[in-house]
Amino acid sequence: MTLFLQALMNGLMTGALIAVPAVGFSAIFAVLRYPNFAIASYATIGAFAAWWANVVLGLPIIPALVIAFAIAGAVGVVAEESALSRLRGNGALIVAIASIALNLVLENIVRFIFGNDMRGYDLPLMRDMRFGDLRIGPQQLQSLALAVVIMAGMFAFLRYTRFGKAMRAVADNPDLARLKGIDPARIAIVTVFLGAGLTGVGGVLIGLDTSIDPLTGYRVLLSVFAAAVLGGLGSIPGAVVGALALGIAEELALIAVPATYRTAVGFIAILIMLTFRPRGILGERAV
Amino acid sequence: MLSYVIFTLTLCGIYALLALSLNLIWGGVGLVNLGLAGFFAVGAYASALATGAGAPVLIGWTAALAVGAVVGLVVTFATLRLRDDYLAIVTLGFAEVIRLVALNERWLTKGSDGISGIKAPLKAELGLMGFNLFYLGLVTLIVAGVWLLLRRLDGSPYGRAMKAIREDQQLAAFAGKTVLRFKLQAFALSAAIAALAGALYAHFQSYVSPDHFQPLITIYIFLAVTAGGVGRPSGAVVGAYLVVIFLEATRFATEWVPGLQPVQVAALREILVGLALILVLHLRPQGLLPERIPRAPKPAPFKA
Repeated sequence: MTLFLQALMNGLMTGALIAVPAVGFSAIFAVLRYPNFAIASYATIGAFAAWWANVVLGLPIIPALVIAFAIAGAVGVVAEESALSRLRGNGALIVAIASIALNLVLENIVRFIFGNDMRGYDLPLMRDMRFGDLRIGPQQLQSLALAVVIMAGMFAFLRYTRFGKAMRAVADNPDLARLKGIDPARIAIVTVFLGAGLTGVGGVLIGLDTSIDPLTGYRVLLSVFAAAVLGGLGSIPGAVVGALALGIAEELALIAVPATYRTAVGFIAILIMLTFRPRGILGERAV
Repeated sequence: MLSYVIFTLTLCGIYALLALSLNLIWGGVGLVNLGLAGFFAVGAYASALATGAGAPVLIGWTAALAVGAVVGLVVTFATLRLRDDYLAIVTLGFAEVIRLVALNERWLTKGSDGISGIKAPLKAELGLMGFNLFYLGLVTLIVAGVWLLLRRLDGSPYGRAMKAIREDQQLAAFAGKTVLRFKLQAFALSAAIAALAGALYAHFQSYVSPDHFQPLITIYIFLAVTAGGVGRPSGAVVGAYLVVIFLEATRFATEWVPGLQPVQVAALREILVGLALILVLHLRPQGLLPERIPRAPKPAPFKA
């Protein structure tokens, strides 16, 4: 029972961390209608930007997160506008393929600058907290709180601001939105900035747990996709639900299979979900 | 130098097979397979294990073809009724799972050590140089054979039905084409060709390990098919040769940049590959050899 409860709790925490980049990915997918593989490098860039702010400049984690958000978001917008936006007319698959190439370029720029070495953030060591037989790391708890705050901010933005409402309108029906005087190009830029920025922040939160290297983002790419597909591709609340479900599934699977197969759980989850409920948990268009 | 050229040309042939595989489904029914490296690995391990257990090399290659086709069917089954970007995500996951299995199931694959001493056909009889030349000839012959077959397929009613599905699957279904069956068949055939490429690679290197099947290979092949021209087997082959030559050229080019660490050289080469793919997509999306749409044959004149 303790084992199960511990797995459940760990699952909720890893799920919450995956949810941040998954929301970023889903926002881009909802508005621009293509799966952006370059989010892997946006997560890595965010992680390294925060490392630079935290270790080189000596800033605490919260300002480092803001810097990670801004830099990953800015890189995302520049990359989108220079490499992807003109390809959108050729269909979603072409843009997706270009985003894979873009990911390769950006990931290797990080490798060129920082090398392959693993780096850790400059954080105080803290002892695990115990609740009965359950153990929680204070760092995990802090990351969980940050993830919750960031996502609450994103939901408030979508719900209450003009830009957020315009984004949802474009996601629902781009033609109708244009008729209402919403400029899709501007919405695209803001969406990519937010999506890439959130992914960057997600990269930092994931890196806080262990260490970072140029493959940090790529390693979580499949989990992010799995979360998005599980929740319903393009649905932002779905991404959160999907990420939590995936986190729990991954941790529970660890009881039965070796830890090295963790990413395989995401793959199996996608296959099962697509077979039985192709629209995902919170249903979006699937066909 | 000669053996380097022979090695490079053999690699060109193996990449050409992978490019033909991708072109068949991407240029054919309009699906993408981001798990090419995974099917490549499946074929390599299937043949390495079969011949390791004592089967002759030809049986090993047949096994690779069969296993590739079956795995292709399994992977596509769940996604085919959905939009195509789902298949892209699933195949990417598939390649990762294959890599994990190869890395962790030591009883089967020897893990990260890899399987060495894979049978090289006729190597003892021909000597090293003779074997390399023989193998280059063999691979080139197989590429030519597969290319001819796929070109025939392209011009056949079957090929035209595939392209109709690529352009508008609802219309094709309305015209009485069984879209799902075409997609499954095309994907299985394509996966089998990628697996054959893997088997050829394994027996050429005499060694396979999970390191040989990085996702990067999939990107090389996308570059090859895009550069050559999607939808035309000749384009895929030409593209593959160009890409291998381009990759080898970056090896020399980065040598001239002074003062770089080895890791920076490697990073620079991958940056060049990514930039090349983006540039090709922007500047010449139809590739060097654009697709030719053959005229539909006129119906035979009606004789009363």
